[in-house]
Amino acid sequence: MRIVAAMSGGVDSSVAAALLAEAGHDVVGLSMQLYDQRGGETRFGSCCTLDDLHDARRVAALLDIPHYIMNFERQFDAHVVSNFVRDYMAARTPIPCVRCNGDLKFATLLDRARGLDAPTVATGHYARVERSPDGSYLLKRGVDATKDQSYFLFTLTQRQLACARFPLGALRKPEVRAYAEARRLPVADKPDSHEICFVPDGDYAEFVERRAPDAVTPGSIVDGAGRTLGSHDGVHRFTVGQRKGLGLSSHVPLYVTALDAASGRVTVGPRQALERSTLSASEVNWIAGAPPPGPCRVTARIRHRHPEAAAVVTPLEKDAAQVVFDTPQAAVAPGQAVVFYQGDAVLGGGWID
Amino acid sequence: MFGQMAKAQVDGARAAVADLIGARPQEIVFTSGGTEADNLAIRGAAEAAAAGRKRHIIASAIEHEAVLKTLKALSRRGWSTTLLPVDESGIVTPDALEAALTDETVLVSVMHANNEIGTVQPIAELAALAHRRGALFHTDAVQSAGKLPIAVDRLGVDLLSLSAHKLNGPKGVGALWVRRGVRLVASQTGGGQERNRRAGTENVPGIAGFGAAARFAAAALAAGPADAGALRDRLEAGILDNVPGAVVNGDRERRVPNTTNISFEGVEAESLLIALDLEGIAVSTGSACSSGTLEPSHVLRAMGCSPHRTQSSIRFSLGLGNTVEQIERVIEVLPRVVGKLRTLARPPQQVGA
Repeated sequence: MRIVAAMSGGVDSSVAAALLAEAGHDVVGLSMQLYDQRGGETRFGSCCTLDDLHDARRVAALLDIPHYIMNFERQFDAHVVSNFVRDYMAARTPIPCVRCNGDLKFATLLDRARGLDAPTVATGHYARVERSPDGSYLLKRGVDATKDQSYFLFTLTQRQLACARFPLGALRKPEVRAYAEARRLPVADKPDSHEICFVPDGDYAEFVERRAPDAVTPGSIVDGAGRTLGSHDGVHRFTVGQRKGLGLSSHVPLYVTALDAASGRVTVGPRQALERSTLSASEVNWIAGAPPPGPCRVTARIRHRHPEAAAVVTPLEKDAAQVVFDTPQAAVAPGQAVVFYQGDAVLGGGWID
Repeated sequence: MFGQMAKAQVDGARAAVADLIGARPQEIVFTSGGTEADNLAIRGAAEAAAAGRKRHIIASAIEHEAVLKTLKALSRRGWSTTLLPVDESGIVTPDALEAALTDETVLVSVMHANNEIGTVQPIAELAALAHRRGALFHTDAVQSAGKLPIAVDRLGVDLLSLSAHKLNGPKGVGALWVRRGVRLVASQTGGGQERNRRAGTENVPGIAGFGAAARFAAAALAAGPADAGALRDRLEAGILDNVPGAVVNGDRERRVPNTTNISFEGVEAESLLIALDLEGIAVSTGSACSSGTLEPSHVLRAMGCSPHRTQSSIRFSLGLGNTVEQIERVIEVLPRVVGKLRTLARPPQQVGA
C-alpha cells in the first residue's frame, strides 16, 4: 500500500518516513511549502526555500523514495496564519499547530495523497492511533511522555484518524535520534524546533502587527478593582498568565489575569487571581465521533506543557463543553486548547473561551 | 600543444553555434547559460547606453525570469522599464510595442519562443519597429534554437541568447550572439577571453559539447520537418479527445513543434505533475522555482487566463528519443489520473476562503 509521508525536514518526520520505507511500504515523501520563505524579496545569499525542505529532499534521496514539495502557501495562510492573527487581535492566545494538523496535514495533504493512490498520511507526531474492539479509532498519547503530541491532534475526526499513521507513537525521542544516527540520516543531530514555524524569531507581536497594522490599538492596564496602572501598545502583546513585559512596578509579582479586546483593557493581579476552577470550551471534538452521554471524569490539559489536572467535563449543546477542575488551575488562556484524557486515550478537546 | 587542442575545440564549437543561427563565429560570446546571456545582453546594452540620456528598456510580460528580474534590478537603479502585454493567445502585437517605444528606449527584449507555451513571436516585425526608433533588439532564443530554423539576419535582431542544454547539449553553457558593431559593456571583467566581452576561463568541455549539439541540431533541421511536431500533435489530439475539460493554452499555429501547454479543468496541476511522475511520465508546470514548488505562471496570467486555468496547466515537452509508444501511454494514463484527481478535488471556494 502506498503511504504519503509528510516530511518537514526534521528528524522526527524523517525517521517516520524511514521506518515506513524500511517496513517495505511504497512511501512517497511530500513536503509542504507553507509560507514565502523569501520574505517577499530575493536577497543575496538567501534561498527561495528553507534549508528544511532541502533536508527533507536529502533524506528522501537517501531512503530512495520519491519526494515532492507541494505549495500550500495559500491554504496555510487561509487556515492557519489568518486565524493566528485574528486570535491575537481578539485577545486570544492561538495554537496554530492544531489547525495545521487538522486543516492541512489531515485535510488538504490527505486529499492530495488520495490523488496519488495513497489512502494514508504518516507524520512524525508522538501519538498513537489504535482500533477499538467496536472498530472505531482511538487517539492515544505517544509512549514518550515528554514528547507526547496528542494535545495538538485533538481535532482529528474518525475519518481523519482512519487515514493517519504515527510511526513514532511507540518510540522515545532518544530511540528516534539513535535510529537516525544509525541510518546516517543527514538530519540526525538537527535540533528540535520549538518556535512557531512561520515566526522563526519568536516575535509574535511584531508578526501580528505586520499582518494587521490597522487593527493594533493601544489600551490601559488595570488592576482587579479597575484602577489604571499603566498603558500598553495592544492586547495582542499579552497572554493570560504572562508576568514579564508589563512595564509595571509592584511589590508583589503581577500577572495578566484577563484580556478584553473590545475595550483594549489588560487586567493584572497577583498570582492567586489567575486561578480558575471552571472553564468553557467551544468547537469541541469528541474523538469517538459523538459526545459522551453525560459528565465524565477526565484529566484535562489546558496548554501543551500543562501537567494535566483532574476534572469533570460535561458536554453541552452546539459542540460546547464545561470543565470543572478538582483544584483551581492557574492561567487558563482563551484561544488555547483544552484536551480531555482518560488514561492514555484522548476523549476529546476544544478551544478555551 | 594541449592548449592549442582546447582552443581548436572552442573555435570549432564557435563556428558550429554561429552556423546554427546564420551568424559569424566572432559574434558568438560563450557564457554559463541562457541566463547569463540574457543578463549580458540587457545589462551590457544598458551600461553602454548609460553615458547618454536614454534610460528606457522594454520587454514582454512573458519573458523568462532571467529577463524580467534583470529589468527589475535595473529599474531599482533608475532605469524606466515597460512590460509589453500579450494577447490571449500569448503573442506580443506590434501595436503594443509601437505604443511603448519612446525616443529614450535603448533596448527591446522579446523572446523568440516562450518557454511555457511555446508561442513564437513576430520577431522580425518587432525588431524593425524598435530599430525605427533607434533602439537595439534582443531576443532570447533559448527555446527556439534547434527547433526552428534561425537566421539572425532574417530575424533582424542585434542580440540573441542561446542555451546548450535546450538543444540536447550539456547544462551550464550558453552563448550570446552580438551583431558586429553593437556596443556592450562586459558585466564580468578580468582576462581578455571572448574578445573582452566575457572574462574568465572558458568552460572548454561544455563549449565543445555545445558545438556538437549545435552541429547535430543544424543537421536535423536541414533534414526536414522535425518528428517532434507530429508527435506533439498526436499527443495533443489524443489528450483533447480523451480527457474532457482539457484546453490548450496559447496559439496553436505559431509555436515551436515540441511543446503543448494544456489546462485540465478542476485539477490542481501540482498533483497531476506528481501523479504522472509516479507513473514515470515527466511533465512540468509553469516554471518551477529552485525549491521545486510551483509559482502561478506569469505567462498564463499575462494572457488573461483565470486563476483556475493557470493553476491547472501542465506543459508537455517532447524531445530527442520520445516515441509513439510513449505518447500512446500518456494518452492512456492521463484520463484515469485526471479523473481520479477530479473526484478528490475540494470545491475551489473552500481553498483560500
